[in-house]
Amino acid sequence: MEKKTKRRDFLFTATYAVGAVGAGAVIWPMIDQMNPDASVKALASTEVDVSAVNPGKTITVLWRGKPVFIRRRTQEEIAEAKSVKLEDLKHPEKDEDRAKNPEWLVMLGVCTHLGCVPLDQKGDYNGWFCPCHGSHYDTSGRIRKGPAPTNMEIPEYKFVDANTIKIG
Amino acid sequence: MSEHEYTPKSKVGKWFNDRLPLLTLANHLTDYPTPKNLNYWWTFGGILTFCLITQIVTGLVLAMHYIAHADMAFQSVEHIMRDVNYGWLIRYIHANGASMFFLAVYIHIFRSLFYGSYKSPREVIWIIGIIIYLLMMAAAFLGYVLPWGQMSFWGATVITNLFSAIPLVGEGIVTWLWGGYSVDNPTLTRFFTLHYLIPFLILGLVVLHIWALHVPGNNNPIGIDIKKPSKDTVPFHPYIVIKDGFALLMFMIVFAFFVFYTPNILGHADNYIEANPLVTPAHIVPEWYLLPFYAILRSVPDKLLGVIAMLSAILILAALPWLDTSKIRSAVFRPLYKQFYWILVADVLILGYVGAMPAEGLYLLIARIATAYYFLHFLVVLPVLGFKERTTPVPLSITEPILGGSPNLAAVKKKDSFKDQ
Repeated sequence: MEKKTKRRDFLFTATYAVGAVGAGAVIWPMIDQMNPDASVKALASTEVDVSAVNPGKTITVLWRGKPVFIRRRTQEEIAEAKSVKLEDLKHPEKDEDRAKNPEWLVMLGVCTHLGCVPLDQKGDYNGWFCPCHGSHYDTSGRIRKGPAPTNMEIPEYKFVDANTIKIG
Repeated sequence: MSEHEYTPKSKVGKWFNDRLPLLTLANHLTDYPTPKNLNYWWTFGGILTFCLITQIVTGLVLAMHYIAHADMAFQSVEHIMRDVNYGWLIRYIHANGASMFFLAVYIHIFRSLFYGSYKSPREVIWIIGIIIYLLMMAAAFLGYVLPWGQMSFWGATVITNLFSAIPLVGEGIVTWLWGGYSVDNPTLTRFFTLHYLIPFLILGLVVLHIWALHVPGNNNPIGIDIKKPSKDTVPFHPYIVIKDGFALLMFMIVFAFFVFYTPNILGHADNYIEANPLVTPAHIVPEWYLLPFYAILRSVPDKLLGVIAMLSAILILAALPWLDTSKIRSAVFRPLYKQFYWILVADVLILGYVGAMPAEGLYLLIARIATAYYFLHFLVVLPVLGFKERTTPVPLSITEPILGGSPNLAAVKKKDSFKDQ
């Protein structure tokens, strides 16, 4: 029998197409309801008073449920971070790009491997060390050794005044 | 299934059965012909059914007292332990029940590997089994998060972060799984829902698993096809029911030992500290039954490749019926396979051990060798062995070696399973 497009074929195709759109319209809300809701998104920024942080000290604040390290670095640490050659880095980033004000390093305290919180002033590079799977970070929070693929993330932040940092 | 037609004796029974043949099903299950040489390794199917029902019943009861909220979950578990009548017992049964479930499933899987139960015509039973195993791991992981202790929280963080290894969409998937920017209350509530759902999915798959089993019938220790029913078979009831029942009692003794004498030995002390997103425990390890896969994950220095290796280690099992090229099912008649089988058992145990140790130095080296061997076993040893191995003669029936005529009488008689016959 010769295959010809009939009115019935058109009706089938049209029915399937409308059915697929309808199914998609039902499925998408079911999927999207699991994404961050309005109340979670509303907590997107935090202001921190850093006047009490002396050089060589780190404070940890919670932002979006995650720890943020705010470290006031010593001159040696800054010098160490700046002296590293980019070709020695797994994820090459200049220290200037990570800490706009070199005295202050503000970054997500979350290991980029599987999300643990690295320990301060530990590891082979005087920076951070993740106890979960052994990633070593330097004084700029850059990955130097271990399974983590990238440097610790720098969140969006700015100095509102000399003593206050706004994260997010 | 070639079975005699069944007609209920009573008039009411016949009336009902003509409308819904439940009695025919019950008759099929009791009369179901099973190989008469099934040994105690075959009792773990029944034991696993018991484990599943135990988890569902205790889980339902726990859900009556548990509160799935980040601020209250930890307290509500302590409330179950201290205030709820017999709450401690029900929770300890549920928590240790998960471990017992995995203990039984590992024996069940390794029995299948030894006797070649995954081979034609039982591939579908095997694949359904692997899906059940995957769901069991998901249910165990989700359940472990619910008490909202430190291990719960950080285990959830590490495992959900595995998805961030996926290029491009990984981060989006993780945020979607969390319902936020970190593991938090939205994560807990959805994990509770899914933890509640999965056991019922498993229950449905168990029905399919048994249904698929009843089409070709049970494999047996000598791995030959048998005629059913025949001199080689016995009816499921009472023979297998009694044997399964006895094995189940023995298993329950082990179960009760853990529940009553050392209920926390399989857990981690850190999980009695409430979840704290600012402090990661010094040493994160999953529950014992996931350790071999955790060791594989950590043995690969690259994040994405590590995740792929870990998933492949599980999924490779689904391809096993086609990777094993040998036509002989039972290791009893495969002298070389038998040795490689035990090497694999040792390899998995070693992986489990190094998975619990820190990923550095010698442990890391051992983990890498053991990981490589694991894949070598399935991808190289099994396919090659089917062509190269000289198998020993297989008897024609289960009774044949005893009633004479087998060229391999002495070899088969040595097997324990034949001693009583």
